[in-house]
Amino acid sequence: MAKILMKGNEAIGAAAIEAGCKYFFGYPITPQSELPEYMAREMPKINGVFLQAESEIAAINMVYGAAGAGARVMTSSSSPGISLKQEGISYIAGAELPCLIVNIMRGGPGLGSIQPSQTDYFQATRGGGNGDYRLVVLAPANVQELVDLIIEGFDIADQYRNPVMILGDGMIGQMMEPVEFKKPKKRELPEKDWATTGTKGKRKPNIINSLYLAAEELEEHNERLQKKYKAIKENEVKVESYNIEDADIVVAAYGTTSRIAKTAISQLEKEGYKVGLIRPISLWPFPYDEFNKINDKCKGVLTIEMNTGQMVDDVKIAVNGRFPVYFYGRTGGMVPTPNEIAEKVKESMEVKSNGCSI
Amino acid sequence: MAVVFEKTRGLTDEQTHYCPGCTHGIVHRLVAESLEELGVLDDTIGVAPVGCSVLAYKYFNCDMHEAAHGRAPAVATGIKRVHPDKFVFTYQGDGDLASIGTAEIVHAAHRGEKISTIFINNAIYGMTGGQMAPTTLVGQKATTAPYGRDEAHAGRPIRMAEMLATIHGAKFVERVAVNTPANVRKAKKAIKKCFETQINGEGFGIVEVLSTCPTNWGYTPEEALKWLEENMIPYYPLGNFRTPEEVE
Amino acid sequence: MPKVKGRVTFQENLCKGCGLCVSVCPMKIISLDKEKINEKGYHPATVKEMDKCIGCTNCATMCPDVVITVERITE
Repeated sequence: MAKILMKGNEAIGAAAIEAGCKYFFGYPITPQSELPEYMAREMPKINGVFLQAESEIAAINMVYGAAGAGARVMTSSSSPGISLKQEGISYIAGAELPCLIVNIMRGGPGLGSIQPSQTDYFQATRGGGNGDYRLVVLAPANVQELVDLIIEGFDIADQYRNPVMILGDGMIGQMMEPVEFKKPKKRELPEKDWATTGTKGKRKPNIINSLYLAAEELEEHNERLQKKYKAIKENEVKVESYNIEDADIVVAAYGTTSRIAKTAISQLEKEGYKVGLIRPISLWPFPYDEFNKINDKCKGVLTIEMNTGQMVDDVKIAVNGRFPVYFYGRTGGMVPTPNEIAEKVKESMEVKSNGCSI
Repeated sequence: MAVVFEKTRGLTDEQTHYCPGCTHGIVHRLVAESLEELGVLDDTIGVAPVGCSVLAYKYFNCDMHEAAHGRAPAVATGIKRVHPDKFVFTYQGDGDLASIGTAEIVHAAHRGEKISTIFINNAIYGMTGGQMAPTTLVGQKATTAPYGRDEAHAGRPIRMAEMLATIHGAKFVERVAVNTPANVRKAKKAIKKCFETQINGEGFGIVEVLSTCPTNWGYTPEEALKWLEENMIPYYPLGNFRTPEEVE
Repeated sequence: MPKVKGRVTFQENLCKGCGLCVSVCPMKIISLDKEKINEKGYHPATVKEMDKCIGCTNCATMCPDVVITVERITE
C-alpha cells in the first residue's frame, strides 16, 4: 500500500477505522479537534457512529456503554478534557472493558495552554481516576508509529479487556508525515461473550459492573486485575534504544521530545561524544529492564521531558542508584531545542560522580 | 382457579435489599412486567444507577450495565448506538437523574435518544442516608437540611417531568405515583406506553414515579403512602406531559 | 351477578412485613402474623379468612417484594 501524507490527528481517525472501530464519542477541544471532525466526516460512510456528546464526562460514559455492548469504540480529548474523563476511565478499567482513549496533551495545570506538552504522564501512568488500576499507555514519536499503535492498541485492549491510552502531544497531532496502514501482529483475541447484547432467552444475563460490596470479593477482583497487569508487563513493553552498550551518557525521552533528543545526539556524536538513547514507547508498562542494559561505565542518565519532571521518577526506579539521574524540562508549551539538549548533555557529563542528581 | 397475579419472568429470584415498604420494588415489578408483556425482555439491556437502586442489575432478568452516578443516560446512549435494534432503559433515582446527572438526562432527551428512562422521585437521597435531594420539598427535613428545606437557601424542588417536556426530543413524558393500587395500575400503563415510544422508534421517553422512602422520611410504610399523597402530589402533579402524537 | 372468589398465596419467607398489602385489602382479611417470625426476621403477612377473598389483586399490586400470587374463580 502506498504511503499517504496525513496530519497526525486525522491519521488517528483513519487508523482507528482501519482497525475496525465503528464508534467514536467525543467533545471538541484544542489541539485534537481535527480528529472528531474527521470522524464526523468518515464514520457515516462506513455505517459507523460519530456522536458529539454534551461533555467529556458523557462521552467517556457513552464509550463505557458501547464497550460493554461489545463494540470497538474510542474517544479522544486533550488534557483538561481527559481530566473530566477520569471517572469513566476508572469504571471502564474496573469493569474490564476494552476501548481506546487518545490524549493529545496540552500545557497545564487548569486551562493551561493549547501548546504541546507532556504534563499528563503521571495522570496516564499512575491512574488519574480512583482505584488500583492501570491503563496501557502508548506514546508515539511520529505519525507512522501513531498509526501503528492505534491499530495495535485496539487489539491490546481486546486481548486484555483493558482500556488503552495513546498519549501524544500537540505536535504529533498537528504534524504531517507519510503513513501506511499495516496489519498488526496476529493476536488471539477472546470472544466477547460477556457483552450486553440481549440474552435472546438463551443465556443468563450479562452484567457489566465495577461494584463489589463484599470486601473479600473486591479484593479478589483487584487480585485478578493485578494478575492481568502482570501479564501485560511481561508481554507488552515497547522500547527503542540506541547505543546504550557504549554510551558515556544516556538520554531518556519519549514522544516528540525523543525526536529532538535524537537530533541533539547526532550533533553531539559529530563532536565526538558517545550518547545513548532510551525511548519508552509503552509508558505503562514502563521498560524498566531496558535501563539494566546500560553499560557500567556510563556517567549518568539525562531525562528530557516537556514538563517539570514526571517520567524521571520511573527512570530513577529503573536506574535504581546505578547512575546519577539528571533532568531537563521545558513547560507551558515551550519546546526544547536540540542545542539546549546538547548543552544539558554536556553539563551532565561534567558533573562529578558524587555531584547532584535530582 | 385461574392465576391472575404472579411474579413476572422479568425479575430474577434475587431478593431485593430495599427496606420494608420501599416502593422501588413495586416499580421494579412494573418495569419487568412491561418488558415481558411487550415481548422485549430477551432483547433488553438495562442501565442501573448509583443510589438505592444501584443493585438493580441483580433484579432485572435481562442484560444489565451498572453506570456511574448520573451517567446512565450516557451509558444507555452508547449501548443503543451499538445495538439500535435492542430495547435499552435506564432506572434512576432523583439524586442520580435530577442532580448529578441533569446534563446527561437533558441531552439524551435533547438528542431524541431512543431509550426509556424510569425516574424514581422520592424527594430524598436514600442510599447515603437521607440527605436533601433537588426534589426535597420546601420545609421537608433531611440530614443535610436539618431545619427543613429553606427555599431562600436551596431553592424550590426541581420538577423534572415539566422541564423535560419542554424538550422536542422527549416524545413521552408522564408523572405517576405508586401510592394506591389504582395509581400503581396507571403507572404500569404509562411505563408500557413509554416503552412503546422506544419500540416504535419515536424517541426518548421518561416516566417520573413518585415513590416513598419510609426509612428516611421517618414514617411507617403506610404513613409514607399518605405523606406522598398529601405532600408530593400537590407539588408534583400527576399526568401526561407529552405523548408522541402531541409532538409536532 | 356471578360471585368472584379469590385465593392469595404468600411466599412467607420473602415477606418483609411492611404491611402495604394489609392497608389496601378491601375485605380487611390480611394481617401480619404476630405469632410467627419468618427467615428474614419479620412477621409475615397472612390471610386468616380466605373464603372472604375476592381476588382483587390489590395486595399483590402493592407488594414491593412480589411475594403474593393471586388466583380467581368465578362461580
